[in-house]
Amino acid sequence: MLPGFIDRDIRLLVQGITGRQGRFHTEQMLKYGTNIVAGVTPGKGGQEVHGVPVFDTVYEAVKETDPTASIIFVPAKFAFDAVYEAIQYNLNPIVVITEGIPAHDSLRFINLARARGIRIVGPNTPGFIIPGYAKVGIMPNQYFKKGRVSIISRSGTLTYEVSKSILDIGLGQRLVLGCGGDYVIGTNFIDILPTLAEDDETDAIVIIGEIGGDDEERAAKYIKETGLDKPVVAYIAGRTAPEGKRMGHAGAIVSGSSGTAQSKINSFKEAGAYIAYRPIEVAEILKEVL
Amino acid sequence: MFLLEYEGKELFKRHGIKVPKGFTISKGDDITQKLKENNMDLPVVLKGQYLMGGRGKAGAVKIARSEDELREKSEEIFNLEIKGAKPEYILVEEFVEHDIELYISILVSKASKSLTLLASRHGGVDVEEIAKSGGEIMKLEIDPVGGLSNFHAITVSKFLLGKIDKNFMTFVKNLYKLVVEEDLLLAEINPLTIKDGEPLALDSKIIVDDNSEFRHDLTGFYEYKRFLTWGEKQAREYGFAYVPLKGDIAVIGNGAGLVMATLDLVKYYGGEPACFLDVGGGASSERIAKALEVVYKEISPKKIFINIFAGITRCDEVAKGIVEAVSKVGIPKEMFVIRLTGTLEDVGEEILRREGFTVYKDMDEAAKKVVGGD
Repeated sequence: MLPGFIDRDIRLLVQGITGRQGRFHTEQMLKYGTNIVAGVTPGKGGQEVHGVPVFDTVYEAVKETDPTASIIFVPAKFAFDAVYEAIQYNLNPIVVITEGIPAHDSLRFINLARARGIRIVGPNTPGFIIPGYAKVGIMPNQYFKKGRVSIISRSGTLTYEVSKSILDIGLGQRLVLGCGGDYVIGTNFIDILPTLAEDDETDAIVIIGEIGGDDEERAAKYIKETGLDKPVVAYIAGRTAPEGKRMGHAGAIVSGSSGTAQSKINSFKEAGAYIAYRPIEVAEILKEVL
Repeated sequence: MFLLEYEGKELFKRHGIKVPKGFTISKGDDITQKLKENNMDLPVVLKGQYLMGGRGKAGAVKIARSEDELREKSEEIFNLEIKGAKPEYILVEEFVEHDIELYISILVSKASKSLTLLASRHGGVDVEEIAKSGGEIMKLEIDPVGGLSNFHAITVSKFLLGKIDKNFMTFVKNLYKLVVEEDLLLAEINPLTIKDGEPLALDSKIIVDDNSEFRHDLTGFYEYKRFLTWGEKQAREYGFAYVPLKGDIAVIGNGAGLVMATLDLVKYYGGEPACFLDVGGGASSERIAKALEVVYKEISPKKIFINIFAGITRCDEVAKGIVEAVSKVGIPKEMFVIRLTGTLEDVGEEILRREGFTVYKDMDEAAKKVVGGD
């Protein structure tokens, strides 16, 4: 467990468990050893998905199974309602896998959660995994093994790529967390860095950023100002992206001189982080510094 | 999605925000006739409608004082290219004499996770320039759950006008309602003036959240219906993200971050990417084949670099899609460099090997291959 991030054993609720994605990833998470206690889909109460009981409401799921955290697979149109329902019962953290949620909906549930001290991961995130403990997400199981490198990322598949190359050199991961590719997200790099800085089981931190916004600049500033004394390796995707074009993710856009890869790379350099220019270099650098 | 100025002003009107009287013209329209139809007199302001900023400095805003000037100056603006685009419309507006130029905007702030209102008495120039020249900017972070309250409106009115003005407070509330109800990421009015005691929006800059499409019809807006290439239309229909670029190596992969990283890698080894194409998660063979058809037909690349790291995507589906595109579209096999790893990679690799393809497991190795190295 990671104090400040997950303070107790996870008892997971899956909202939207009866959909195609919900079913598939419930099975994958169970295989990984995650303790899933219930699922919710309004109108589908009484069913079972891979042995997990399904309820109509979070109220009922809480009463019967006492979940501590939630993962959301509900379609964008109904996602605000689902996240709000999880907040109502103080589930924490709440991982929002759903893609395509309007920014105003995300703003509202992020602020509702913030007022209660609840962490929202996502939207549009692969979730997180603590190898050897639990997976609350959709990443493929085989690229993660217990180890001492933590990865925080704005990307999905690129994180798997880097995770695999870390296994290939004989290392493993402590926490791997995708922040999500949306315009507004609940957990930014800077919200996780203090936990990783304190964590005795994290020896090195990998940050996988991309163009758009200033999450990377703020993370670099934090590293510099707190004198974070663990090696940080940063990789930034989108160095060759043209200005004004949205590169797949809602948040991945360079507008004018803001959000450029160069600005992010410069900030990390100034903060004393190692810069990887190819995904494979992340593992190469880790091999050298650990 | 960016709106044109006149589209933004239509939204303003619908939400009770006043704008100058005006109408739009296309190339070839009889402006004098239209002026009469709209009961407007000279002088008027002609404003080219561009999606990108910087039009004032480029000369796409002109005052016309006579009928000759109307014709000449509109002609000039229609031919004025800014960042590669000429305007399809000109907004013809009544000329508003004004000496007050204020700045106001409300935006979705990623950093503070709030709706942030920015205001300044020094409008008429970019907000960055206001900041640089030391002009005072007021910043109010509005909690989206609590919403904009009366005290916010009073605060803004006092700051901008130096008094508690009922009309102005109504305007601020309307602007906030507009942002929330229409799912805007940004609504900016610069300059905003005061005419006959009422706020009047002389310009509009609006960004609509594309994710709100399920509750608003965005298909009528210019950015949606403007000229799209055949490939861009296919991308929209089949659900992949596609951005054509200038080079000769088409890059296709799964996941925005991975595809961006692949573009960077191609460039790192000296190649030039011809496109960004993210097929998304769990792509079917049909979507893969369609993506290949789009890049092959539309950008005629020298090479096609497929980089798949499969999680929810299945390598056998990807392989089938490639084989299908080769047989149906007739893409030469030599054009491909394929990197395939992850879920069902053995099955995918077997399908491709049988057809005579080489399959790489390593992204770096494949990138070197595609730019013509070893």
